[in-house]
Amino acid sequence: MTRLGEYFATHWMDYIWNILRHLEISAISVAFAMIIAIPLGILSTRCHIVEKISVKFWGMLRIIPSVAILIVCIPIIGTGIVPAVVALTILAIPPILINTTQAFKQLPESIVEAAVGMGMNPREVFFQIKVPLAFPIVFTGIRTAIVEVVASATLAAYIGAGGLGEIILTGLGLMRNDLLWLGGITVAVVSLGTGYLLNCIYKQATKYQRV
Amino acid sequence: MAIAVEFQDVVKRFPGAGYNALDHVNLKIEEGELLTILGTSGCGKTTLIKLINRIHEADEGNIYLSGTNIKDIEPITLRRGIGYVIQQIGLFPHMTIYDNIATVPRILKWDKDKINQRVTELLEMVNLPPEEFKDRYPGQLSGGQQQRIGLIRALAANPKIMLLDEPFGAIDAINRSNLQDELLKIHRQSRKTFVFVTHDITEAMKLGTKVLIMDQGKIQQYGTPGEIIEKPANAFVESLISSGHVDTNYVRNGEGI
Amino acid sequence: MIAYFLKYYDRLFLALLEHVEIVLFTLVISILLASVITILIYRNETLGNLIVQIFGAVYSIPSLALFALLIPITGLGEKTAILVLVLYNQFLLIRNFLAGLENVNPSIVEAAYGMGMSNIQVLTKIQIPLAAPLIIAGIRLSTISTIGIATIAATINAGGLGNLLFDGMRTMNTYKILWGTIFCAVIAFLADDALKRIEDFIQKKVGVKK
Repeated sequence: MTRLGEYFATHWMDYIWNILRHLEISAISVAFAMIIAIPLGILSTRCHIVEKISVKFWGMLRIIPSVAILIVCIPIIGTGIVPAVVALTILAIPPILINTTQAFKQLPESIVEAAVGMGMNPREVFFQIKVPLAFPIVFTGIRTAIVEVVASATLAAYIGAGGLGEIILTGLGLMRNDLLWLGGITVAVVSLGTGYLLNCIYKQATKYQRV
Repeated sequence: MAIAVEFQDVVKRFPGAGYNALDHVNLKIEEGELLTILGTSGCGKTTLIKLINRIHEADEGNIYLSGTNIKDIEPITLRRGIGYVIQQIGLFPHMTIYDNIATVPRILKWDKDKINQRVTELLEMVNLPPEEFKDRYPGQLSGGQQQRIGLIRALAANPKIMLLDEPFGAIDAINRSNLQDELLKIHRQSRKTFVFVTHDITEAMKLGTKVLIMDQGKIQQYGTPGEIIEKPANAFVESLISSGHVDTNYVRNGEGI
Repeated sequence: MIAYFLKYYDRLFLALLEHVEIVLFTLVISILLASVITILIYRNETLGNLIVQIFGAVYSIPSLALFALLIPITGLGEKTAILVLVLYNQFLLIRNFLAGLENVNPSIVEAAYGMGMSNIQVLTKIQIPLAAPLIIAGIRLSTISTIGIATIAATINAGGLGNLLFDGMRTMNTYKILWGTIFCAVIAFLADDALKRIEDFIQKKVGVKK
C-alpha cells in the first residue's frame, strides 16, 4: 500500500496524463470513425452495391482480433499515436456503419411521406425527421464502438501510444502487483463510467419511446 | 362558382403497368366541395390526388390549382399550401402533439403567438383539450385520436385545399364513424375544398357533396350522391351501388355550398 | 515472405496449436458453466436480468485490465488467461441462452406443461431445441471473442498466436507480424463460417427463419 502511495507521490502527473491520453485516443478514433462510417452508412441505404461491399468488408474486419489489427499497422505506419488511432478507428467503424445503415433503412415510409407531402424540403426532411428518428439506433452503434475502443485503447500502450495500458505494462514489467491493480481498477472505472454516461444520454434522447 | 382544381386531359403512366393509371382525365372541382373519389384498388384514385400535390408528375395534360398551372409552382411551396392526410397517419413520433401540429406554420415562419393560438383552437375543434394533449407524444394516443391530430395538422397552416388518401382506412368501425362526423363538421365550418379518396361506398356517399367514381384510370361518373344512386351512368356504377350497402339515411344531399 | 514461412513453419504452427488449445479448453468450460447458471436462473426474469448485467459489466472491462487485476491472485500464464476468458464468455453465452429460452413461444411451453411434462422434460424436449438458433449464435460470438482476447493473453505468458505478434513487434520482424495476423484472421474466419453454417442449419430444422 505504501508503495502505491510512493508511486502516486512521484508519478501522479503521469497517472492523470495517462487517463487523459487514453480518453483522447479513444475520442479521436471514434470521431474519425463517425466521420467515415455515418456518411458511408447513409450512402449504403441509397446505393445497393455500396451496401453490399461495405457490409462484407467491414464485417470481415470485425472478426479479426483487434490486437492483430493494431500490431499489423506498425510495419506500415510505425509506432506511437498515429497507428493507434488508425487501428482504433478501423475497429470503431463496423458497429457505427452497420447501425447507421440499419437505422436509416428502417425509417417508416409513411412518416417520410407525410413530411414530404406537407411541403418539407429534402433538407428539412433529413434533419428534422430522418436524423432524429434514426438517432437511437445510430447512437447504439456509436456506444458499442466507444466501449470497444476504450477497451482496446489499453493495448495502445503496447505500441507506444501511452494511455492506461502503460500503467499495467509497467506493472507487468516490474512485477509490481500494486501497479497492476491500480491500472486495472482505473481502466475498469473508466470503462464502466463511460458506459454508464452513454446509457444516460441514450435514455434522455429516447424518452418519447417509453411514454 | 370558382374552380379550385381542374384536370385537363391528364394522363399518367407507371412503367411496367399494362394500362394507364390515369387515362385522359378531365375534371373540375369547385371550391368548397367535399369531393369523394371512389373506386377499387388500382383504379387511379390515389394517383389522382398525388398528382395534385406533385408527389407524382403527370405525363400528359395540365392541372390547375385556382387557375394556376401547378407546373409553374415550385413543388415544395405548392405542398405547403395543401393539407395532406394519409392512411397511416404519419405523425412524427419524436415530436409532441404541439410540435406536430405546428410543423408547417413554423416552416412558414408564423410568429409564436399566432402558432399557439392556432394549435389551441384546432385541438378544441376536435374535442381534445389543449392543456392535456399538446405536450403528449403520438405514442400515447389511441388510433382515433392520432388521426384527429393528423387531420388538424393538415389544417394548421390554413390551406385552401385538403387532400385525404383513405384517412380512416386503418381505424376501427366505431371510431371511423365518429371521425367521419367530425370531418363533416370541419368541412361545413371551414368551407375549404376537400378531396377524399376511399374504397368504401358508404363513406363516399355519407361525406361527399360530389362523388367521383373511377375504374381503370377513367372517370365512370361524377355527380352528387343522389344523382349517382338514382341515375347510375353505366353498368359498372350500377353494380358498385348494388353491391355496397348504401344507407340512404346517410347520403349527403343538396347541401348549399 | 514465403521463405519465412517455409523456414519457421514449425513455430508458426506451434503458436497456432497453443492458441486453438486455449480457445477450445476455454469454450468447453465456458459453455458448461453458462449452461449450469442458465438452468438455475432461467425461470426468474429479474434474476436473469441482474446476472446478465453483472457479467455485462465484467465484459466491458478491457481484457488487459482484467488480466492485471487477477495476476496478483492467480499469477501469470495460462490459468489466468483461461479464467478471464471464461468470465468474459459468461456475458455472451448467458445473455443469448436466456434470450433463446425467452423467445420460445409461451403457448407452446404452456401446452407442454398442460400435457403433463415435467420441468426437465419441457426444458430438454421443447425449450432447448427451439432456443437452439440463439444458443448457437451465442456460442459463435463467444468463440470469436475468445479467439480475439486469447491473442492478448500472450502478454501474460499464456502462449498462442499473440506471441507471434508481440515478438514480431519487439524485434520489428514484419514477417512474423504478418504471418501472425494471417493465422489469426484465418482461424477467426474459419470458426465464424463453420458456426454460421451450423446456425443456419439449425434454424432451418427448427423452422424459425429469422
